[in-house]
Amino acid sequence: MNERVRSILAPAGVLIVTVLVWDLVVRINNIQPYILPGPGLVLSTLVSDWSILWSSLLATLLTTVEGLVLAVVGGIGLAILFNQSRLIEHSLYPYAVILQVTPVVAIAPLLLIYLPQQAAVLACAWIVAFFPVLANTTLGLNSVDHNLADLFRMYGASRWQALWELKLPAALPQMLTGIRIAGGLSLIGAVVAEIAAGSAGAGSGLAFRIAESGYRLNIPRMFAALLLLSIAGIAIFALLSLLNHLALRRWHESAITRET
Amino acid sequence: MAQSPAATIVTLRGVGKAFGTGTLALDGLDLDIRDGEFLSLLGPSGCGKSTALRIVAGLSEPSRGTVTWSDPAARKGLGFVFQEPTLMPWATVFDNVFLPLKLSGAGRADVRTRVMETLGRVGLADFAQAYPRELSGGMRMRVSIARALVTAPRILLMDEPFAALDEITRFKLNDDLVALWRELRMTVVFVTHSVFESVYLSSRIVVMTGRPGRVSSGLTIDAPGRDAQFRTSAEYAGYCRVASEALAKAMQRRAGAAA
Repeated sequence: MNERVRSILAPAGVLIVTVLVWDLVVRINNIQPYILPGPGLVLSTLVSDWSILWSSLLATLLTTVEGLVLAVVGGIGLAILFNQSRLIEHSLYPYAVILQVTPVVAIAPLLLIYLPQQAAVLACAWIVAFFPVLANTTLGLNSVDHNLADLFRMYGASRWQALWELKLPAALPQMLTGIRIAGGLSLIGAVVAEIAAGSAGAGSGLAFRIAESGYRLNIPRMFAALLLLSIAGIAIFALLSLLNHLALRRWHESAITRET
Repeated sequence: MAQSPAATIVTLRGVGKAFGTGTLALDGLDLDIRDGEFLSLLGPSGCGKSTALRIVAGLSEPSRGTVTWSDPAARKGLGFVFQEPTLMPWATVFDNVFLPLKLSGAGRADVRTRVMETLGRVGLADFAQAYPRELSGGMRMRVSIARALVTAPRILLMDEPFAALDEITRFKLNDDLVALWRELRMTVVFVTHSVFESVYLSSRIVVMTGRPGRVSSGLTIDAPGRDAQFRTSAEYAGYCRVASEALAKAMQRRAGAAA
């Protein structure tokens, strides 16, 4: 069996076995749906509650994408700024780190007090997502081949040329890695903020549905919403990996399959 | 050109270079680079020959002494080849060679012929659209040389460019480099630690001694033909012996100074 087929079949096999065992455990022990629903019930709930779940999914995805876009713009912008001025880097970097290491769960309730709910959720998504973009892009910008940098200097390249023609392309692999991490984190940030907001009373995202369903002991819907969240996370990761591959496939070692 | 003393393009007098770490890489280096010569700086590792080359290139400032250019305009027309090919991996061979022209504001379409011509000179016209990773080590070095040549530099500075290549590739590149030097009538300053390479290529060799780096002796190679025949001739062997002895003496002097 070739490697590629196996890499798809093996996890698929694990999934099938897990679902079967889950179903058997529920059936044999006669577990009630408000404790643990079977996979069949979760799927039928997904279908029957689709209109509610779909609009919630869109709300959460919108926040995630907005958070990611702001994180990419902010992270790369700040990294470029840091790269141009040591003073700015030294002044601001510690606070970027503080923002990152303070758990977003603890910040969310505060943000919800001071900001409109949608803005607060977005801010949470941004806070967790922007740091990997910043850190990775900074690393990339700083690890430019010294000789190439010398060459640019020798040919009288302007600051702008050195940035655009040398530093940014050289930093692209690290930048894309940061963005790929940020995609998943943005979703996490959005979910955390929705949960925090959900307990405050209002909201419409998937995480809010999970919290709400929990209060109502609607466990099948919790599972259905959770399933959608996972799928959303996987889709974001897959999409960003594809972007990564398309951007690097011609030249970067990481994107090249070698024949041995 | 060995008969009539050619004009000096660059004069280094009493050049010293101390690094922040306290290392004295160069001290009291006197060197003349003459128009049209193929000058090799020969010396053991760490003798400051690369530092001297970087100072000539303006990539490094001397801590002491002076670097004088007879024609300040020539200072702009430099080509530099590093020990590594130092190509941009994200750009095609064409774009890598196009880079120096692009940085000086030239349009892609305007210089296409010039870039392709230069690629042809190093035998890579068919590889314009390839990426560096698709090329062998020797081919990458050719791209690097083409990039240095594309601005038609008056002086080509080379920092042990072939040290990492296998012998067959190195011989071929040596031949091609001599041919290019003849054809383009440029000045080459070539840093190497190989006696054989320096004798084969150069019209003049300057032997350097290390810690701190300075000139130990000079040697003029007055042989017209540089080909496989020269490589196996008694004349070549004779020059190699003289250069080896000069190098050994330079290193002995250093050992004596250290003791």
